[in-house]
Amino acid sequence: MILASAGAAFFIIPLLGLLLRAPWASAWRQLAAPEVLAALRLSLLASFSATAVALLLGVPLAWIFARLTFPGRSVVRALTVLPMVLPPVVGGVALLLAFGRQGIVGGWLATTAGIHLPFTTAGAIMAETFVAMPFLVITVEAGLRSMDTRFEDAARTLGAGRWTVLWRVTLPLVRPSLVAGAVLCWARALGEFGATITFAGNFPGRTQTMPLAVYLALESNPDAAIVLSLVLLAVSLAVLIGLRDRWLGGS
Amino acid sequence: MTLGARIQAGVDGFALDVQLAVAAGELVAVLGPNGAGKTSLLRALAGLLPLSAGRVTLDGVVLEDPAEGIRVPSERRPVGLVFQDYLLFPHLSALENVAFGLRARGMARGAAMNQARGWLERVGLAAEGDQKPASLSGGQAQRVALARVLALNPALLLLDEPMAALDASTRVEFRRDLRRHLESFEGVRLLVTHDPVEAMAMADRLVVLEHGRVLQSGTPADVTQHPRSRYVADLVGVNLFRGRASHNVITLADGGSLTAAGAADGDVFAVVHPRTVALYRTRPDGTPRNVWEGRAVDLDLEGDRVRVRLSGLPSIVAEVTPAAVRELGLDRGDRIWIGVKATEINVYPA
Repeated sequence: MILASAGAAFFIIPLLGLLLRAPWASAWRQLAAPEVLAALRLSLLASFSATAVALLLGVPLAWIFARLTFPGRSVVRALTVLPMVLPPVVGGVALLLAFGRQGIVGGWLATTAGIHLPFTTAGAIMAETFVAMPFLVITVEAGLRSMDTRFEDAARTLGAGRWTVLWRVTLPLVRPSLVAGAVLCWARALGEFGATITFAGNFPGRTQTMPLAVYLALESNPDAAIVLSLVLLAVSLAVLIGLRDRWLGGS
Repeated sequence: MTLGARIQAGVDGFALDVQLAVAAGELVAVLGPNGAGKTSLLRALAGLLPLSAGRVTLDGVVLEDPAEGIRVPSERRPVGLVFQDYLLFPHLSALENVAFGLRARGMARGAAMNQARGWLERVGLAAEGDQKPASLSGGQAQRVALARVLALNPALLLLDEPMAALDASTRVEFRRDLRRHLESFEGVRLLVTHDPVEAMAMADRLVVLEHGRVLQSGTPADVTQHPRSRYVADLVGVNLFRGRASHNVITLADGGSLTAAGAADGDVFAVVHPRTVALYRTRPDGTPRNVWEGRAVDLDLEGDRVRVRLSGLPSIVAEVTPAAVRELGLDRGDRIWIGVKATEINVYPA
C-alpha cells in the first residue's frame, strides 16, 4: 500500500510541480513569442509530415507482416520495430552514418542529386519518422491480424479486384487501428528529441522542434520552457483520453 | 446452363475429392456433417480455394483446370456466394452493401445505388436501406446478403448454410421466403447444409458429402429410402446394416445375420425401421423370422414414443410406446428378446 502510493506519487508529483510553477499570467505572452511560435509551427509541420510518411510506408509494411510469410520475415520485422526500444540518440547516429555527408546513402545523394538531409527540416522529419513509425506499424499489423479476412473473400466474390478490396474493405475495417496507430505515431514524433538533435541539429525555425526548444529555454527562459512543456503535456493527455477505450479498457 | 466440377483440393491436411454436375433450374443441396468439406467445396467453386487437380466448367467455359494452367480469379467468375454468416460489410449500409458488387464491376455510383434500391425492394427491405448490418435482424441480414449476390446476376449461385444463423422460430418462415427468391433465379443453384430438413424442403436433388467425398446422390425420397451411410440413416432415423446376402440370409459386416424376403445375392444394404422392431420378455414363438437376444443400452422418450437402443448381434434401435415399456418392465441394462419380420427388411444392392 505504501509502496503503491509512493509509486503513484512518483508520477503525480512532477506533473504537479509543472502545473504549480506554471506562469499562468504570462502564459499567452510566452506562447506568442516568435521563437516559441516558430518551434511550435515546426513541430506541427514535422510531426504531421512524419505521420504522413509513416502512413505511406508503414501501412504496406504492416500489411506484409500481417499477411505474407517469407524467409527472413521475423528478422525484417524485428529490425523495423527496433527503434521502439533503441535509444533515440543511437537512431540519430545511425541516420547520420547512413544519410550524412559521408554516409553510405547520403554521400551518393549529395553528389548525384545535390540533396542534403542532415541538419534540414527534411532531416528532422526523417528522424521523427524513424523513431515513430514502428508504433504505427505494430498497431496496424495487429489490426490486420485480428480482422476476419473472409470479408476480403466476400468482396472478391462480388467482383472487387485487389485495390478495391484494399480501399473499400480492408482499410475501412482496420480504421480504428489506423487511427490509433497514426495518433500514437504522431504523439511520439511530436515528442522526439534524441534522434532529431543528433541527425538534424538544433537550428531555430529549421530543425528546432518543441522538445529541443524546451531543453534550451530551460537555461535562458524557464517560464517559456514550462509553458511549452504544458502544451506537450496537454497534447499527451488528449492522446491518452482519445485512445482510452483502446488502451485502458474503457473503464 | 450447367455446372460441371471435379474438385480435388487439400485444406489443412484434409482432402476434398468431389465430382458434381448441376443443371440450370435444378436446386441441389449438398448435405453432410460439420467438417465434411461442404464450405471448402463452395470456396473452391468460387475460386477462393485453389484446386490441386480437377476441372470446373460453367456453361462450357472452363473456370479452373490446373492441368491446363487455367484459373479464373474469384473476382472475374460469374459466381455468387452467400456466406454462412452473410459477411455483410459492417462499415457500409445495407444499400451500399448491395451496391458494392455493382460498383466493383464498374457501374457508376448513382446507377448502382438505384439498382441496389430495386433489389432491396424485391427482398422486402426498401425501408432498411440506410441501416448498418449491426442493426439488422438475422433474417434481414440474410436477405441483404442474398440481394447483394443476386444483383450481380451470377450464372452460379452458391449458398452456405443459409439458415444456420437464424433462430429456429424464424427458420420456417425464412425458408419459404428463400425458396421463393431461389425459384425466380435462372442460373445454377447449389446449397450446402447440415440440416436434413432444410435440404429436403428446398432441394430437388441431394448430394451427401462425408470426409470430403460424395457418398450418395439422388432425389430426397431416394436418399431417405435407400441410405448408403450411417450419417444419412441416423438423419432419417432408421437402422442401416451392411452385409452379404445369399439365399435370403444377410451375413452382416458387424456380426450377426438377418433373414430378409427377396434379397438379391451379393453386397447389400438392409434398412429396418425402428417402429417395426418388436420386443419380448421371453423368446417368442411363431411369426418373426429374425429373433435374437439383446440388452437395452439406452431409453429415450421422443414425442409419444420411446427409442430403445439395444446391443446384441446385431445392435439395433427399436421404437415402442411408453405403455409397452411399462408392460415389459424394461429398464436400462435389462436383457430382452428382439424380433424383426423378414418382410419389414428393405434390402438393396450396395
